[in-house]
Amino acid sequence: MSTLTDTAPTRSRALSNSAPNPRPFRLVRHSLALAKRSLIKTWRTPEALIDVTLQPVLFLIIFVYVFGGAVAGSTHDYLQFLLPGILAQTIATGAIAIGVNLNTDIAKGIFDRFRSLPIPRSAPLVGAVLGDVVRYVIVTVSTLAIGYVMGFRIDTDLFRAIAGCLLAVLFALCLSWLPVLVSMKVRTAGAVQGVMFALIMPLSFASNVFVGADTLPGWMQAFVDVNPMTHLVASVRGLFLGTPLGNHVWWTLAWCAGFVAVFMPLALRAYRKKI
Amino acid sequence: MTADLVIEAEGLVKTFGKTRALQGVDLAVPRGTVLGVLGPNGAGKTTAVRILSTLLTPDGGTARIGGFDVVRDAERVRQSIGLTGQYASVDEDLTGRQNLELFGTLLELGRSGARRRAAELLDWFDLTDAANRPAKTYSGGMRRRLDLAASLVGSPDVIFLDEPTTGLDPAKREDMWDVVRSLVDNGSTVLLTTQYLEEADALADAITVIDHGRVIAHDTPEGLKRVVGGQTLEVRPSDPAQLPRTAEILTQVGSGAQADEVRKGVLAVPVTDDAALTESVARFATAGIAVTELSLHLPSLDEVFFTLTGRTASEDDTTRPTEVAA
Repeated sequence: MSTLTDTAPTRSRALSNSAPNPRPFRLVRHSLALAKRSLIKTWRTPEALIDVTLQPVLFLIIFVYVFGGAVAGSTHDYLQFLLPGILAQTIATGAIAIGVNLNTDIAKGIFDRFRSLPIPRSAPLVGAVLGDVVRYVIVTVSTLAIGYVMGFRIDTDLFRAIAGCLLAVLFALCLSWLPVLVSMKVRTAGAVQGVMFALIMPLSFASNVFVGADTLPGWMQAFVDVNPMTHLVASVRGLFLGTPLGNHVWWTLAWCAGFVAVFMPLALRAYRKKI
Repeated sequence: MTADLVIEAEGLVKTFGKTRALQGVDLAVPRGTVLGVLGPNGAGKTTAVRILSTLLTPDGGTARIGGFDVVRDAERVRQSIGLTGQYASVDEDLTGRQNLELFGTLLELGRSGARRRAAELLDWFDLTDAANRPAKTYSGGMRRRLDLAASLVGSPDVIFLDEPTTGLDPAKREDMWDVVRSLVDNGSTVLLTTQYLEEADALADAITVIDHGRVIAHDTPEGLKRVVGGQTLEVRPSDPAQLPRTAEILTQVGSGAQADEVRKGVLAVPVTDDAALTESVARFATAGIAVTELSLHLPSLDEVFFTLTGRTASEDDTTRPTEVAA
């Protein structure tokens, strides 16, 4: 520690005359800097990517080869039907991780440091949400890759396939404000996981992910028809396979807007209140 | 407002459920000085720092940093403060350098500015060799240095250090003290909380003692030591038979009081200046008395509290929850 006695390289910042917010787009720039932090953390702990790499692979293999023959008559037909559903399901469960991570992060205290900095209060949350885009891209790529190996083929064109992937990523990005809100409201990371699982499971199973909705009892069809997951899956199916799109893309986008409009302000408010 | 007060708090009140963490605390720190806030766990030190650093809103009272209200002008306050405590920490998954560069970016230093400032601080805190390792691999002392470096990225005018040396070994503690001194030499104003009178005495221009969310004393270190008693010289002669002669010598070098046997085989006497230590060593040598222990120390926090309040600080720990916000 010999250098500690050197003169501190500190130029005291003027207290009074520096006007705050001198540069524009602070929220964007700060959020991106903080998103980079999330990326570095993801990069450092690749095992945290298991939910977005291994889960779609396992689900596809198990569901296709266990149920394919019974549900669709052939495993290949079922794979074509199921893959867009599995993509939607894993990308939605992949959004749970942000809640778990934020809950741990806040307990560790780095967020107190952020809160003592002259940055927009929402920047750490927005940054964390943006940083997770990489995880959603990984889900999409690994689902399509294993699907391809198993024999899944896109029946439309590259343009519509990419649009389907982007729609799924956008859905997860907007939905992730829900786990962010939950992470502010419950005490432990485990509880975030539990609450989110209870919310996501009905959404993904009471839907058209595994079977067509027309086989379900009427009361459940009513739920399935409004389930955002149904609209996402139908949209991705249409964009990948050329099945009728109807209004599903619009409904999906409406749900995305709804998630952000409702959960983002609530999450930010809960974050401000949290001690 | 007195022009020269950089940190001012009047009548701060904060309640967590049934715990009254602060019950009207006043603090004042003139520019370029160090205020030591001394108190046991649960006294309200951390709560006070969190209010002053805009992390908590007080239930009552006001506080200003550089003239800006910590509630109404929180944004302006955040531009001029640096905060180091067990809670305001760094990201353990990021390297030391990535942490400092992240804070530099967030503080609008620009890409190259952030990089330069990070390198400067890493060098200053002797962390350059460890700069590219994740912070979770750092030792306790390195972590504290990185935490402190992180709070200095924006060259803040006002620095809050919440128990900066708790848990550090004595050598590391002295290093940290050197850092604090050089910050003050550069014109920073520092508010430091501590559980050690020794630390407050070594660093602070003034000491505020708080207990149960109230200020129970505010004075210079000298003034406080006059009240609570100065240093004590403790000696253990190797041969218990020498105790009477040792006591005689101690009484002569001491500030007038009789030397007492405070523990079995250990004699203690209050002294007024450091020279008493060297003088006693010389006298023991002349008298041919061998000693196994010889130490000079300030009253412990317990002793300070006993003098100020008539009860010991540690008594409270069993009857009160520890600091809620900690």
